[in-house]
Amino acid sequence: MKYIDAAQVQKKMGSRLFANNLAKTLFFLATLFGLLVLAVLIYRVLADGLGSLNMGFLTNRLSTDPERAGIMGAILGTLWLMLVVAPVTMILGVGTAIYLEEYAKKGRLQSFIQTNISNLAGVPSVVFGILGLTIFARALDLGSIVLAGGLTMALLVLPVVVVASQEAIRSVPQFLREASYGMGATKWQTVKNVVLPASIPGILTGVILALSRAIGETAPLVVLGIPALLIPLPEGIFDRFTILPVQIYYWTLDSALVAEYANLAAATIVILLIVLFAMNSIAIIIRNKFQKRF
Amino acid sequence: MDHKSGKPIKVSELIQEKKKSKNFNQTFEKLIPGILLGIAAISILTTIGILLTLLTETINFFREVPFLDFFTGTQLKPLGENAVFGVLPLLTGTLISTAIAMVVAIPIGLMTAVFLSEYASEKLRRTLKPMLEVLAGIPTIVYGFFAFTFVTPLLRSFIPGLEPTNILSPGLVMGIMIIPMVASLSEDAMSAVPNTMREGALALGATKLEVTWKVVVPAAISGIIASFVLGISRAIGETMIVAIASGSSKNFTFDVTQSMQTMTAYIVEVTGGEAAAGTTLYYSLYAVAMTLFVFTLVMNLLAQYISRKFREEY
Repeated sequence: MKYIDAAQVQKKMGSRLFANNLAKTLFFLATLFGLLVLAVLIYRVLADGLGSLNMGFLTNRLSTDPERAGIMGAILGTLWLMLVVAPVTMILGVGTAIYLEEYAKKGRLQSFIQTNISNLAGVPSVVFGILGLTIFARALDLGSIVLAGGLTMALLVLPVVVVASQEAIRSVPQFLREASYGMGATKWQTVKNVVLPASIPGILTGVILALSRAIGETAPLVVLGIPALLIPLPEGIFDRFTILPVQIYYWTLDSALVAEYANLAAATIVILLIVLFAMNSIAIIIRNKFQKRF
Repeated sequence: MDHKSGKPIKVSELIQEKKKSKNFNQTFEKLIPGILLGIAAISILTTIGILLTLLTETINFFREVPFLDFFTGTQLKPLGENAVFGVLPLLTGTLISTAIAMVVAIPIGLMTAVFLSEYASEKLRRTLKPMLEVLAGIPTIVYGFFAFTFVTPLLRSFIPGLEPTNILSPGLVMGIMIIPMVASLSEDAMSAVPNTMREGALALGATKLEVTWKVVVPAAISGIIASFVLGISRAIGETMIVAIASGSSKNFTFDVTQSMQTMTAYIVEVTGGEAAAGTTLYYSLYAVAMTLFVFTLVMNLLAQYISRKFREEY
């Protein structure tokens, strides 16, 4: 008895192969679609923004006159914000990661913290904005200053740093720790002198990626009440401030009234994308260059 | 230590000194786990903080607006004398924009994942994947600008009735934003399917499409569905795209050519107007945020449940 009818197989072969090739083309086109949109988006932003982009735009303060408006305030605000976010999120993130990987006993508490962190990562950023508004801006009465915004942002990107640091610490091989213990080092000495130096490239990559997320986030700070008004340039972490994405937001909204604002928004996007691109490149370079393979 | 000064050294003193520093190191060593636990507890405090702030003000809100009126009300007029707070306009806005986004993100994301995991050569994969990651790394405010200044005018040229702010355009752009997320999570799930299963099917004479559709996708289905659910959660929580491109109309409608407001956009609008603390408007912010939080939390837990419960282990 024959299990396979050769004639039948032959007959269907053509359409099966055709379906396969059709699907392959379709899948390829779907992949290209995303990239095509990316290309159009970048082209549009450049086409709209390059005309307004000059030294004056970078160094001028905000103005209602599109000709004279600049983003110096937003650039300084973004820098001050990062000056708060970077150390806070690094200390909290790396500390949490060390605790979870090196100190916590496998058990309820550890898995509770772990689950909590992955759930925090899924909380919409606008809800973090409400947290910041309620706790930092109103309950602690900080108002819409750099410190309040920075702490809110630091909590928002914390899961990114924790997860990246955990992966980096986990990839440090056990024999390095054992060698350290074998020479009489204590647990903390081992962590400080062996584990952390070996995992620092991974941790730094995570921190940079977290910062680049923070630089682009808009919603929490809009909720916090960060204005795009003519305020003095921020000179420290206790000053009121604005940042690049918030500036883009208000200019885009107002472009319905004053068409030139759309170009200003596009020019600001160009700056923002350049900063993000530079940060991501640094992260990739660190990852490739300093990552030791054990 | 100080034998240069000529004093005779007592061994007992040296031991004492050594003990002192050892004692200090030991106490420090003992403190470390506590300090680190304190730092780790901040993430838990954040969750508690979110829950507490949302809960207390939401309770205040429901003292003034009945629970049922809020969840069944089709009218939302937060300003003025006779303010009405019905959340349904915001819920439909959120669900419709999410649905539009998923209509874009699910098929294209899944097809991209299949192409990268099953069809693309290793070299092509290594060029395409980072480019998709760029798409994922673009800030949402940029997508909002793109939806408002490019996609909406483009759509208006062949949908005449489309309003300058509408839910369709931000929905579509949100879908594009979520493609990389669905693609990369689904691809991870498919790449985890062992090659022996593919080879078994190929040896039986299946084409690549048949292998993909009948072997790889069913084997990876838990991860794929989880990626869809996470995509939905992301779309529900997305703020800036809708805040810019969908306007702030609070009409209860299902017409996608019209302006609608999502829960997230409402929060941005109300806080942007600096609602005075203690007013019903201010409390409504928290009630809406609580609803949003519950929605996304349920989605995230569902995704975790699916990928844990239905995972096929090989």
